[in-house]
Amino acid sequence: MNQVNATKMEKRMNARIRKNNLLKGVFLLATLFGLAVLAILLVRVVTQGAAWLDWDFITGRLSTSADRAGIMGAILGTMWLMVVVIPVTLIIGVGSAIYLELYAKKGKLQSFIQTNISNLAGVPSIVYGLLGLTIFSRAMGLGNAALAGGLTLSLLVLPILIVSSQEAIRAVPKYLAEASFGMGATKWQTIKNVILPASIPSILTGAILSLSRAIGETAPLTVLGIPALLIPFPEGLFDTFTALPMQIYYWTLDSSLVKEYAYLAAATIIVLLVLLFLLNSVAIFIRNKFQQRY
Amino acid sequence: MMSQSSVKSKRPVKINPEAGSFKEPETAGKVVYDTKELNLWYSETHALKDVNLSFREKEVTAIIGPSGCGKSTYIKTLNRMVELVPGVRTTGEITYKGKNILDRSFKVEELRTKVGMVFQKPNPFPKSIYENIAYGPKIHGIRNKKVLDEIVERSLRGAYIWDEVKDRLNENAYGLSGGQQQRLCIARCLAIEPEVILMDEPTSALDPKSTLRIEELVQELKKEYSIIIVTHNMQQAARISDKTAFFLNGEVIEFNETNTIFTNPADSRTEDYISGRFG
Repeated sequence: MNQVNATKMEKRMNARIRKNNLLKGVFLLATLFGLAVLAILLVRVVTQGAAWLDWDFITGRLSTSADRAGIMGAILGTMWLMVVVIPVTLIIGVGSAIYLELYAKKGKLQSFIQTNISNLAGVPSIVYGLLGLTIFSRAMGLGNAALAGGLTLSLLVLPILIVSSQEAIRAVPKYLAEASFGMGATKWQTIKNVILPASIPSILTGAILSLSRAIGETAPLTVLGIPALLIPFPEGLFDTFTALPMQIYYWTLDSSLVKEYAYLAAATIIVLLVLLFLLNSVAIFIRNKFQQRY
Repeated sequence: MMSQSSVKSKRPVKINPEAGSFKEPETAGKVVYDTKELNLWYSETHALKDVNLSFREKEVTAIIGPSGCGKSTYIKTLNRMVELVPGVRTTGEITYKGKNILDRSFKVEELRTKVGMVFQKPNPFPKSIYENIAYGPKIHGIRNKKVLDEIVERSLRGAYIWDEVKDRLNENAYGLSGGQQQRLCIARCLAIEPEVILMDEPTSALDPKSTLRIEELVQELKKEYSIIIVTHNMQQAARISDKTAFFLNGEVIEFNETNTIFTNPADSRTEDYISGRFG
């Protein structure tokens, strides 16, 4: 008759609690593993590169002599890339997300497009390089200009931004939009005054992730034939350029010839990380400004 | 506010021959809304069946019925908010002051300016109290700060919440209690000077004291506005409405003076529902 046996339950309870504690440890280990790898990476990069990092290195021109080499060209190149990537991805990415979430009729076509966008987010970056080479470099005749590189990187990160912006828009409570529609607001007024302000923090989180991805990509740029030769500083979108990750790549490649190149690559990584950090802090600043409760 | 609900049950059902074809007294206000043979489907689900109802100026009409009977769907059809649900189809017509609002050429934005809506859950914007009220006027192009100030004060006074919030107009509306938030939403609705206010179970998320305040507010508002209120609280319908419509499975079973519905319902299903036998 006794369906609930107190002593058996007591035994099982201890087992359950042990399992609970064990899993807590497993999850902690998983987190520590990631942290440890990151720490080793940072320590190695800093110990190798910090000594080579000085003002002349940052502002100087490229040189085959490790002592005189500088990376201003690559910094400017990366900045020109961002000048293309930031507006192109934000406008097209957020625009597509708004269309897909708020305007498109839910149906077969919409879910077909949706599936494809999600799949595109997983396509290897080198494939985007080939696409950029075909369309921007050759068909549009942009060659290896900063514009071609920027557009290629934009294509690469667009799916990520579209999907994350869609999620951000979907997370805005329906009742807020209803309140706005209920007062005779048009769709655009509702988007501008209610949906975007509420979703901008999450959209920017997606933007940070996509920009970080774009700023560190090398593979598509190698396909475009971006050089790391002694070239003049790029002064506009149509100039030939090199970018920080390209610089790191070539220096690492040649470090078997000149040992010091490895240290230059490490120093360049530090610069790249600082640049990324600066860009992200701008985005986080804007995000916090828009953060609101609902 | 007499308690009519206490008289409602324990009497044999009398079939009122007048009930189906209810005649308005000559003194009644003008018809604002007239629904004729309205049918509505959500994809395959037939949610509203041959609904015929009309609402008059400066009256409170309550719509009652069990969950899923179509009462919320119906009130959302009155300002076409129901169209936000994908796959909705309608037949029949709803005229607002003589114009068919279900006509494709009818501008929903214009309709929703004349017909305000208060929702089940208080839904202020995550903005300041002031900005919540100024939202409606602003989207309709009012930019003058002085005019906006006046609208904000008038609307908040109209919803009897001015004294509670006048010193913190720039604070976030989410700092208000649930009942205050709902009165703020009513004030937000008043800001664009509507003619009709639709209320979709406006007190279902509120405590009894806040509910009472909203009910008192409805009594004040009916001097100026026509009010259509969906409620699953029958006592509330009996307390605040002039007319009551009883919905069941997407059909209007009975529509009459509230007094008649609660004391002498014509249909046995109405009697069963209001005496608590189901729903």
